[in-house]
Amino acid sequence: MAGEPAKTGNHGGIARAPAAGERIADRLFRGGTRVLTWLVVLLSAYIVWEIGGSALPAIREYGLGFLIGTEWDPNAGKFGVLPQIWGTVYSSFLALLMAGTVGLVIAIFLTQGFLPAKLETAFRSIVELLAAVPSVVYGLWGIHVVIPLLRPAADWLHAELGWVPFFGTTLSGPGMFPAALVLAIMVLPTVAAISQDALRAVPHKMREAVYGMGATRWQAILKVIVPAASSSIFGAMVLGLGRALGETMALAMLVGNSNQITLSLFSPANTLAASLALNFPEAGVVEAGALMYAALVLLAITLIVNVIGASIVARSTRRLEGQA
Amino acid sequence: MAIAENLVTTAFAKDAVLDCRLDRLHYGSFQAVRDSHIPVHKGRITGFIGPSGCGKSSVLRCFNRTNDLIPGFSFDGQVLFEGSDIYAADIDPVAIRRFIGMVFQQPNPFAMSIFDNVAFGLKINRYKGDVAARVEEALRQAALWDEVKDKLKRSGLSLSGGQQQRLCIARAIATSPTVLLMDEPCSALDPIATQRIEELMLELKERYTIALVTHNMQQARRVADNTAFMGVDIAGGRRTGYLVEFGSTDQVFEDPREALTREYLRGKFS
Ligand SMILES: Nc1ncnc2c1ncn2[C@@H]1O[C@H](COP(=O)(O)OP(=O)(O)OP(=O)(O)O)[C@@H](O)[C@H]1O
Ligand SMILES: [Mg+2]
Repeated sequence: MAGEPAKTGNHGGIARAPAAGERIADRLFRGGTRVLTWLVVLLSAYIVWEIGGSALPAIREYGLGFLIGTEWDPNAGKFGVLPQIWGTVYSSFLALLMAGTVGLVIAIFLTQGFLPAKLETAFRSIVELLAAVPSVVYGLWGIHVVIPLLRPAADWLHAELGWVPFFGTTLSGPGMFPAALVLAIMVLPTVAAISQDALRAVPHKMREAVYGMGATRWQAILKVIVPAASSSIFGAMVLGLGRALGETMALAMLVGNSNQITLSLFSPANTLAASLALNFPEAGVVEAGALMYAALVLLAITLIVNVIGASIVARSTRRLEGQA
Repeated sequence: MAIAENLVTTAFAKDAVLDCRLDRLHYGSFQAVRDSHIPVHKGRITGFIGPSGCGKSSVLRCFNRTNDLIPGFSFDGQVLFEGSDIYAADIDPVAIRRFIGMVFQQPNPFAMSIFDNVAFGLKINRYKGDVAARVEEALRQAALWDEVKDKLKRSGLSLSGGQQQRLCIARAIATSPTVLLMDEPCSALDPIATQRIEELMLELKERYTIALVTHNMQQARRVADNTAFMGVDIAGGRRTGYLVEFGSTDQVFEDPREALTREYLRGKFS
């Protein structure tokens, strides 16, 4: 009896070892998921490989100078993407700043008992609808509604506070701020939805504990509930940032497509994704190679942001939950 | 008999810090507890015993209005804290909970460091003294200091279940609340830690007042001055808890007035 209990199994009880069929199904399932996982990895690697291959001549030609060059002039054969890198990063962080703040406030408002449950779900759906609006519609809306709306305020800020670098120029039309604002609205549903899930996932008993100590609602929310959800909320921000970095259409329409590096919120700028979309259709062989290089740069930025984000999320999860 | 019981309860109610006069307690349409008048005396330990599901936790959680957080919860009756009804419209439950602290049935540390967990109550009460010293004292009283003194910065969630429970005890006693509600504080503790928590309760009751829910009859006998025994009515498939008997622990255990109490103590049901 002590010999092989797992195989002989039945000693009069109900417990038995898994049958051969069950073990095979389990192995198939595990094998299947592994294959699919590797397929995704391979697909990503293949895309990078292809783009890298097309970019290789340009990489050889322009080297790292491409990353710090500020001119993009196909006729003179000059290619540099620093303004686009700046524009991409600046617009994304501005958008995240706005979407992150508003998204977190919305998430708190919709999960912490400020509204009856039915209204919470209704508002949640409304916010999520924002994600269903096509990018090009956001672009059109930005041009025809947002920019005209912003202009008086922008003019006033420039006139009164023109010495502040952010308001150093007037808003002549498309530019960094309208682009970032519309981008923020596009990113908002992602940030708000994931933050809501994160806040809802905070165990009820933790909420009970903090209210049971006599904390006020704001103390409870800001000192215990949001911190307890902070790693997932941060994850939401990283996802939002990833989306902002790659957003193309609306930015191509709104950012102004001018390669400059400036802190000014109202001056036109450019982003990597927007310049790819705008320049590819008419690019010659040489420029197309340079654009491939630019695409690779965009991919690298997105990847770096995600890796850093993921590692911060993992670190803060460990810190909060104490797994060593 | 009902009259006799009322007289007894009224006599007891005289010097109660907390006097619970619960008529009905509902979760949604489900009536969980009915007619339970239970006084909690200053400087004493009041034990709550009874079968699982009879509403001990529900009643205890009324004492500082933590039940307010449960959607559908409703309470008919009064809970008098130092003479005024904590369920009155003009009472701020937040203030009540600062004076009436609670250790929950399930450990529920915050997702923050061990130190910050214990210091939390001090911070929200704007404690001006030496926070670190107070944290250490609370952790020592809760018999946890030796185990955590080298890792105060680690997350409270990294502790074992029993350690988390003691962390929650430390967190609750750090602010020295007037009344301390403890819902099975020793259910996850080994005999040594249990003994230390019982000693802590006996020590604390000199200055504070404690209400203790326990399934451990020996524990109730050892530490409780008064004991409330709750039972369940099973009428029409609905289980409604109610107070069967309240009295000094000696009386309830040695000479119970109710047959139900006697049977429960002899282990005859549930
Ligand atoms: N949040 C809740 N929502 C709905 N019903 C609840 C809730 N909490 C408790 N109840 C019900 O109220 C009754 C009393 O529960 P309670 O937790 O007070 O019992 P208890 O005496 O503490 O039991 P135990 O000894 O097992 O802890 C039970 O029938 C339970 O199902
Ligand atoms: Mg209970």
